[in-house]
Amino acid sequence: MRLRFNLAIGALLCLIIITAAIFAPWLAQFDPIADADLMNAELPPDATFWFGTDAQGRDIFSRVLHGARVSLTVGIGSQLINTTIGLALGVSAGYFGGWWDDFVSGLTNLMLAIPSLIFALAIMAILGPGLGSLLIALGLTNWSWTCRIARSSALSLKKQGYVQAAKTLGYSDVRLMVTQIVPNMIGPILVIGTLGMGDAILAEAALSYLGLGIRPPLPSWGGMLTDARNLIVLAPWAAIFPGIAIFVTVLGLNLLGDGLRDILDPHMRTRRA
Amino acid sequence: MLRFALRRLLQMIPTIVAVSLLIFVIFSVVPGSIASSMIADGRGANDPKLVEKMNQEFGLDQPVHVRFGKYIWKLAQFDLDTSFRTRQPVITMINERMWATLKLAFAAMLVAVVVGVPLGFIAALRPGSLFDSLTMISAISGLSLPQFWLGLLFMYLFALTLGWLPSFGYGDGGLRNLILPALTLGVAPLALLARTTRAAVLEVMSADYVRTARSKGVSSFRLVQGHVLRNALVLIITTIGLQFGSMMGQAVVIEKLFSWPGMGSLLIDSVALRDIPVVQGCILVIVLWFLFINTAVDILYAIIDPRISHE
Amino acid sequence: MTSTPLLEVSDLNIDMLAGRRRLNVVENVSFSIGRGETFGLVGESGCGKSITALSMIGLLKAPLAVSSGVIRFDGQDLRTLPKRAMRRLRGSRIAMIFQEPMTALNPLSPVGRQIAEMFVLHQGATWAEADKKAVEALASVHVPAPDKRAKAYPHQLSGGMRQRVMIAIALACDPDLLIADEPTTALDVTVQAEILKLIQELCTARGTAVLMISHDLGVIAKMCQRVGIMYAGNLVEERPVSDIFRQPRHPYTKGLLNSLPRLGTRELHERKRLQEIEGIVPPITAFPVGCRFEPRCGRASEICVAQKPDQTPLDHHGFVRCHHHE
Repeated sequence: MRLRFNLAIGALLCLIIITAAIFAPWLAQFDPIADADLMNAELPPDATFWFGTDAQGRDIFSRVLHGARVSLTVGIGSQLINTTIGLALGVSAGYFGGWWDDFVSGLTNLMLAIPSLIFALAIMAILGPGLGSLLIALGLTNWSWTCRIARSSALSLKKQGYVQAAKTLGYSDVRLMVTQIVPNMIGPILVIGTLGMGDAILAEAALSYLGLGIRPPLPSWGGMLTDARNLIVLAPWAAIFPGIAIFVTVLGLNLLGDGLRDILDPHMRTRRA
Repeated sequence: MLRFALRRLLQMIPTIVAVSLLIFVIFSVVPGSIASSMIADGRGANDPKLVEKMNQEFGLDQPVHVRFGKYIWKLAQFDLDTSFRTRQPVITMINERMWATLKLAFAAMLVAVVVGVPLGFIAALRPGSLFDSLTMISAISGLSLPQFWLGLLFMYLFALTLGWLPSFGYGDGGLRNLILPALTLGVAPLALLARTTRAAVLEVMSADYVRTARSKGVSSFRLVQGHVLRNALVLIITTIGLQFGSMMGQAVVIEKLFSWPGMGSLLIDSVALRDIPVVQGCILVIVLWFLFINTAVDILYAIIDPRISHE
Repeated sequence: MTSTPLLEVSDLNIDMLAGRRRLNVVENVSFSIGRGETFGLVGESGCGKSITALSMIGLLKAPLAVSSGVIRFDGQDLRTLPKRAMRRLRGSRIAMIFQEPMTALNPLSPVGRQIAEMFVLHQGATWAEADKKAVEALASVHVPAPDKRAKAYPHQLSGGMRQRVMIAIALACDPDLLIADEPTTALDVTVQAEILKLIQELCTARGTAVLMISHDLGVIAKMCQRVGIMYAGNLVEERPVSDIFRQPRHPYTKGLLNSLPRLGTRELHERKRLQEIEGIVPPITAFPVGCRFEPRCGRASEICVAQKPDQTPLDHHGFVRCHHHE
């Protein structure tokens, strides 16, 4: 009973955030960047400015809505990269074995030895702030779990009859991996991807907060919190609403991921990357 | 046992070498010259002579493989090079900051263990109860919170509004300054530990040997402390070790938020100044601590579970 | 058999709570075991034998629970016994051996300690005394070099050795009743015979009654005086072993016997259980209203569909539960 509840609430929260992100330009009454008016700076929430305004007099509600686009772009984009890398390395390592497998396993262990936020921070330090660098930094640093799962499933799947049969039919290795092996691990990969999206959004917020993420004035939830730290006494609303937006999004993704895991892969229930 | 510990410690070496290599590679592919970008940071004119002088001073004009050789050679002697900015040895700068970070991390882990493990434990004893549901909902919420935002709220509430605790800084190194950052940093591992402990205890409770123990007439209390706790501990300890990694990462953000004078704020400041040797050094030391703690956890694990060291 | 049996189970019903529904798992099971007697309980997996056994020592776990019936042990009603008293009874007077010796022992504790715990729990011994007694207990189950083995962890012992340890634990406090739930199923064939011999030997010497649970009629034939045949939560036939092998009355029993290769030589063959009985045990949710064996029974008629058969007492001892028994 509780499991379905998780899934439903998670899906609902995600749906709300996705809607907000897609329809942000129509839902927001103000432009998130251009509509700055110092006369309206640091206003508390009211009928016009639902979430109040920030130090530049920009409408926080509009900026939170537009921030959803940034967060979801980072979350989905970086997870696509992570999943692709993890699948490619993991499946090929499990399928071919040998020195390649040893190499990939070594690389995976190395990745696990470096805290991923630290790793992402190092990459951001080199590439400089910006959406592109964020996608690369977060996309390159969080594929080890996907890789591990993909490797072990590929190892067990390649011994199965239907894969062997396809092999005798003369399928190429790549075609075999893509058509016979990968579709069989969609469940766990989806779960890791969903949970990873939440982690990526949290990491984006943290990096943006440190000034190493999205470049202002582009509205990013983490970046909004950097500005809000100095205003916390005068305008606490500037800190509260972007934070809630991050929380709700990540909570939705975590609930969805947990719910999916309970349905797709009950044996994985105790583990969490 | 001793041989197992020694073997695990020796196994750290290849990882350390690989990590050093990785860090070196990342920072030597920096597009453009480090010296010029440092100087072009708005702090001085892009004077070619100045760039040349800096490149020479820090050996940046040498080929990559020579630089790597020197880097490894120095590392083997615990020399992390010299800061571009302060001209101080990096190891000295890190040593000044490291202990504050470790103090913060261990305090946060203490909070997480002391609160998270009992919560997960009680939840597991009554699965499906109201307490269990509330704990698990709080745990997943705790894992979904941006930690620095939570810190900001703590700061607003306990420091700025109520005035109970200082809002930032190290103070005299006492407990008062430690409480807020440690609480903030402890929330995520606390939530994860509550979840892991619950899962571990539930798994152990359904094990055959627990049924055996009950058939022997063992009381519930004795069952929990003598049979369940130790077996669940194996999983809990592993989680604690792994959590140190992400905690070291989060510590950077939390230190920045609370102006905590640790390695994290040193790292961030050095990134902003493009002081590459310090950045490299900080990352390496963070990874070393993470590795060291996990090796210690592995050894502890082997002490608890006789099956590990026998394999 | 003395006049008052050691264990007397009458009209035992065990239900499973699934949401708001109560599903009957074990229905009106009655049997008794005399002091020092070995009683067998036979049936396919999922027929309720292990659940019946667990209810004897009060170890049923939710969602399973006894809903009605009486379990009388040495004159005491176990269902009304306070928890503390029940716990003291467990291990000291009723002990149990489980099927899986690989997982039934605590992996983090030396086996000697796990035996010693019994003396500490039930005889108030100190750990030092208990450790010494544990070594003796290991010797009594014919474990070689018991003083060394006492310090070993379960993963360092073979399956047969582990099961010997389990027997040592179970018999440590000289219980009146030993419940052995498929004690040899997980072991190699050669080890099986040794373990069965050990149980028989020790229990005969100490006068311990045994409830032997197995899906293997061969094991039962060797070990037991009387046997009950279980099918889908019902005890369908209960009689002395010699009678049942000579002349099975229930069609299910007959099927079980026919599915054995030849008695006596069965170890040589790969066991082919129940090859003569078509179909499988129905899931708990789909137990028939009438006789539970009716869907698989060759003799079934209309009355079997409509009405549950009662126990019919047989001339010597025991009963059969069938409308068309022979």
